[in-house]
Amino acid sequence: MQVPLSAYLILSAFLFVLGVIGVATRRNALIIFMSVELMLNAVNLSFVAFSRFLQSMDGQIFVFFVMAVATAEVAVGLAIILAIHRNRETVDVAELNLLKW
Amino acid sequence: MDLSGLEAILFSGLALVAAVSGLLVIVQRHAIYSAMFLIITMGSLAGLYILLEAHFVWAVQVLVYAGAIMVLFLFVIMLLNLPREDVAWATHDRRRILLAAGLAGVLLVELVLVVGWRGGSMTAPPLPAGFGTTETVGRLLFTRFLLPFEITSVILLVAVVGAMVLAKKHFD
Repeated sequence: MQVPLSAYLILSAFLFVLGVIGVATRRNALIIFMSVELMLNAVNLSFVAFSRFLQSMDGQIFVFFVMAVATAEVAVGLAIILAIHRNRETVDVAELNLLKW
Repeated sequence: MDLSGLEAILFSGLALVAAVSGLLVIVQRHAIYSAMFLIITMGSLAGLYILLEAHFVWAVQVLVYAGAIMVLFLFVIMLLNLPREDVAWATHDRRRILLAAGLAGVLLVELVLVVGWRGGSMTAPPLPAGFGTTETVGRLLFTRFLLPFEITSVILLVAVVGAMVLAKKHFD
């Protein structure tokens, strides 16, 4: 039996929703960040699956750009988390409420 | 040689590993375990990319994601030396967690329904020669996608400079 497109898309949707839950419920900034990475990976899986089933390379090129942007995002984001930890001694997002109204 | 049975078995195994370790990423009490399970998730996604004939993306996934990005994560986790959290989910804002889980459940059901409703059972068509190889990707990157490719390098440059400035001890 061949694996249909829907199997890949459902796995991708599941991983994306896990990432959403992680971002919405966790309070450790690092784990929130990893959940964002999980979502990016889920979307990459969708891109590659569509690329395979539509016989078009464009999806894979897009994955390349998503990865490049994710790398940039991780580098800057982790630097921000480091700076916050240096100033506040915490990475708990519930305690970082200086900009909260 | 008919390999479609093997393909289904490989897909089920890799998908199961990816889903379970993805779940374990968000329930750990210590960030280091989350990072480990995220590496497993990315590794099994890399395996799925092989099944999807995306060889270049597989290599980049292993090198950049499972390699570079996760090493950066582990480095920062070790550097911060965070204490273990008492509970994975903060108990005092249970309502917010329930709301988030409910919304995420609605999103999942919606996505699965949409996939099942429109063209989800499509099977894999035969591919042109050289699909997904480094040569094909490289050709596209340097012809049709040259401008985005160049802009990507600018983004990476900005990110490197920004990360260095942010992580510096004192702002002059």
